[in-house]
Amino acid sequence: MEYTLLIFLFPMLTFLLLGLIGIKLRPVVAGCIGTVSLSIITLLAYITATQYFSSPRVNGVFAKIIPIRFEWLKFTDSLQIDLGILLDPISVMMLVVITTVSLMVHIYSLGYMKGERGFQRYYAFLSLFTFSMLGLVVAPNIFQMYIFWELVGVSSYLLIGFYYTKPTAIAASKKAFIVTRFADLGFLLGILLLSYFTHTFNFEMLTSGDASIFASTAGSTFLGASVMSWALALIFIGGAGKSAMFPLHIWLPDAMEGPTPVSALIHAATMVVAGVFLVARLFPLYVIAAPEVLTGIAYTGAFTSLYAAVVACVQTDIKRVLAFSTISQIGFMMVALGVSGMEGHEGLGYMASMFHLFTHAMFKALLFLCAGAIIHAIGNNEMNCMGGLRKYMPFTHLTFLVACLAISGIPPFSGFFSKDEILAAVFAFSPWLGIFMSFVAALTAFYMFRLYYRIFWGTPAHFVHTPHEAPKTMTIPLVILAAITCVAGFIPFGHFVSSNGLPYTIRLDMTIAISSVIVALIAIGIATLFYKSKCDIPERLINMYPRFHQSAFHRFYIDELYLFITKRILFNYVSRPIAWFDRNIIDGTMNGIAHLTQRLSYVIRGFQSGQIQQYAFIFLLGTLLIVLLVMFI
Amino acid sequence: MEHYLVISTIMFFAGIYGFITRRNMLAVLISIELILNSVDINFVAFNRFLFPGQLEGFFFTLFAIGISACETAIAIAIIINIYRNIRNIQVKNLNELKEDSVNNAGKE
Amino acid sequence: MEITLPQAVFLFLAAVISVFSILTVTTKRILRSATYLLFVLFATAGIYFELNYSFLGAVQLTVYAGGIIVLYVFSILLTSSDSQKVDKIKNSKFFAGIIAAIGGATLCIFITLTHTFPVSHFVTGEIRQKVIGTALMGSEKYQYLLPFEAISILLLTCIIGGILIARKR
Repeated sequence: MEYTLLIFLFPMLTFLLLGLIGIKLRPVVAGCIGTVSLSIITLLAYITATQYFSSPRVNGVFAKIIPIRFEWLKFTDSLQIDLGILLDPISVMMLVVITTVSLMVHIYSLGYMKGERGFQRYYAFLSLFTFSMLGLVVAPNIFQMYIFWELVGVSSYLLIGFYYTKPTAIAASKKAFIVTRFADLGFLLGILLLSYFTHTFNFEMLTSGDASIFASTAGSTFLGASVMSWALALIFIGGAGKSAMFPLHIWLPDAMEGPTPVSALIHAATMVVAGVFLVARLFPLYVIAAPEVLTGIAYTGAFTSLYAAVVACVQTDIKRVLAFSTISQIGFMMVALGVSGMEGHEGLGYMASMFHLFTHAMFKALLFLCAGAIIHAIGNNEMNCMGGLRKYMPFTHLTFLVACLAISGIPPFSGFFSKDEILAAVFAFSPWLGIFMSFVAALTAFYMFRLYYRIFWGTPAHFVHTPHEAPKTMTIPLVILAAITCVAGFIPFGHFVSSNGLPYTIRLDMTIAISSVIVALIAIGIATLFYKSKCDIPERLINMYPRFHQSAFHRFYIDELYLFITKRILFNYVSRPIAWFDRNIIDGTMNGIAHLTQRLSYVIRGFQSGQIQQYAFIFLLGTLLIVLLVMFI
Repeated sequence: MEHYLVISTIMFFAGIYGFITRRNMLAVLISIELILNSVDINFVAFNRFLFPGQLEGFFFTLFAIGISACETAIAIAIIINIYRNIRNIQVKNLNELKEDSVNNAGKE
Repeated sequence: MEITLPQAVFLFLAAVISVFSILTVTTKRILRSATYLLFVLFATAGIYFELNYSFLGAVQLTVYAGGIIVLYVFSILLTSSDSQKVDKIKNSKFFAGIIAAIGGATLCIFITLTHTFPVSHFVTGEIRQKVIGTALMGSEKYQYLLPFEAISILLLTCIIGGILIARKR
């Protein structure tokens, strides 16, 4: 399986090629190079997946294969950092997801970004991102994952700030990078703690289910929680930053300043699920060593999904609605992981989370790409400027509808299957949490259809120029993704990915399935009532609770809180004194030394004055001193 | 014998004072003469009192007087040259080496 | 207290030397400085005579007092300007000079007076001129023909050098 190395080589070489000489190529050529390179690796990824999943199982589980391993830094015999490729069910699944969505985005961008300045740069960064994300998911040890984690953050920064002449874009890219970097501090601390006590970075060893590797931590507690709990909680914080869990979610809505295909690739399908992937990767360790952290993860995910759903209900920028929807769905994935156990039926949550990751990537990317087509046609993002678009953009309309039905959990689309499994797992854990998550699912259906109706139905708004359907390069990826959304639900996912590796047949729990569908249909009905044609109930609701509406619109002022903390408290009381110290004392010392040297040199210069009498005096003085020395010492 | 040495010491350090303090170059030279003379007295005293049978001190002094005469002559010649060039013979005007003629070639 | 004649002479000469050497270096007018130097040189010759080195005393008077002082007087007259402003000596120089002179003088006198010299005996009587002459012209050990010739060459060099340096261009 050594050809898997090519899956990484191609995007990296494409990045270097386009980065260095892309500016000399015509944009079309650069775009084609990127797309061709990506099609090759998509093909390779499919081949890898086929080969991996059709190979015979060992002990009932798919064997973890390490085709490439390159020893890089060796601290002790077991503590070493390798660079390599680890193939196991979730990483192969992620390979398929990432390459597929990336290929769709590449093709789409040929049309969407046509004529933009920096077209070649865009494709170079897309390749860089693909490379980093692929490296992240196949990392055989946690440190390589960290390296690629940071690389993904950098690519995200570069791509969000793609329109670097726009101040909002720059601010957004900085915010994304800083927030995720800050979370990565927790990640690093977790890695260090973990590796110090378990003496290994290697995933195979960490997730082998052997409790002896952290036996050395037994008994040592800090503030009431064991070392392993702290380490795993810190690692989760790193994941929470990347996956936009509350309260580290603030960067994701602002990241919509980047081009829409970027939002589709990075902030819907791949990068934001890195946190989920991290927890899934270390899942056996979480279950054995820190089950309370898992519960914490579940509750964090639940709260995040509710928060994001509520805020999404009142946003008017279509990309923001989709961003909050992403946050909410990732919350679902985290909840599913949090309530999961290891064996058999208990491990349902794990499988459901991965399944939802897979389907969500597809339909969320589809949603974003449709939004991109709409923005391309209308010219801005605001819902209020749209309406009645279904006459002008049939393809976009149909694919968007498919995606909305999928995300709302309507059979036979893929979202129904994955979301249903999540709900089943959550209900098995705690009925109250199950009801909570069902309510959030209903909200999801509501705001997605609000979005759908506001864009495609209703009286046509005043258009600056008649909107037209997107060009073929943009609609073909939409159609492909919609097709995948339709059929992906029928993949026997448990056969491939499950918590302990043994195949798991998905059963449909009829109660949960039917109740969730009914709840979703009710929510869709309410949305249809409010938004399909002119209805004044929404305005009346807004007028009844104006303050709640305002604060939800402003995302419950979390951004303002952060700004307050950083600007008022940190800047004034921490940064200013430190800056003063640096400028005056440290620089002052250096300047003082230089100044002193200069003054001293003036004095020393006087020694060579050219005055003979001075020379004679010094000479005599020296002689007298020597005489004194000789006499009295 | 120590009395002779004390006298010569006084003369010697008077010469040192004059050497360090005086502004006129000729005054500096006069101070140098004082120094040389004091040394001559020293040699003669040592010769006379400590080494009565030998004559080294005597002849050293003799030749020292001769040499100091030569040196004075040359020094005064140089001073006269300096006087011709800068029209005064203050010591403080003589603190630089020859002007950099390469850089100043353009000026002339 | 009995003061013998040699002692009295010596005291007088010592007083002259001390006073006039200090005056030489502290007077403001340079011609006076040269004159005081002349007196110092006379007294030095007197000391040589008192120590029974008549030949040396004669040479001192001839060369120093006669030749060199005249040289000085001529050059002072040649290079002095009538409007010679006597500005105060810079303080730093003055203190430097004082410190050097007084410090050094104290040190040397201290050393001189505390050191135990070998027993000194004064052999009275002149050195015979014949002895001086043979020593000056002889070429054996302890005789000074070579330095004599060397110094004559030196004198020649000085004459030539002096002419070259100071000639009119």
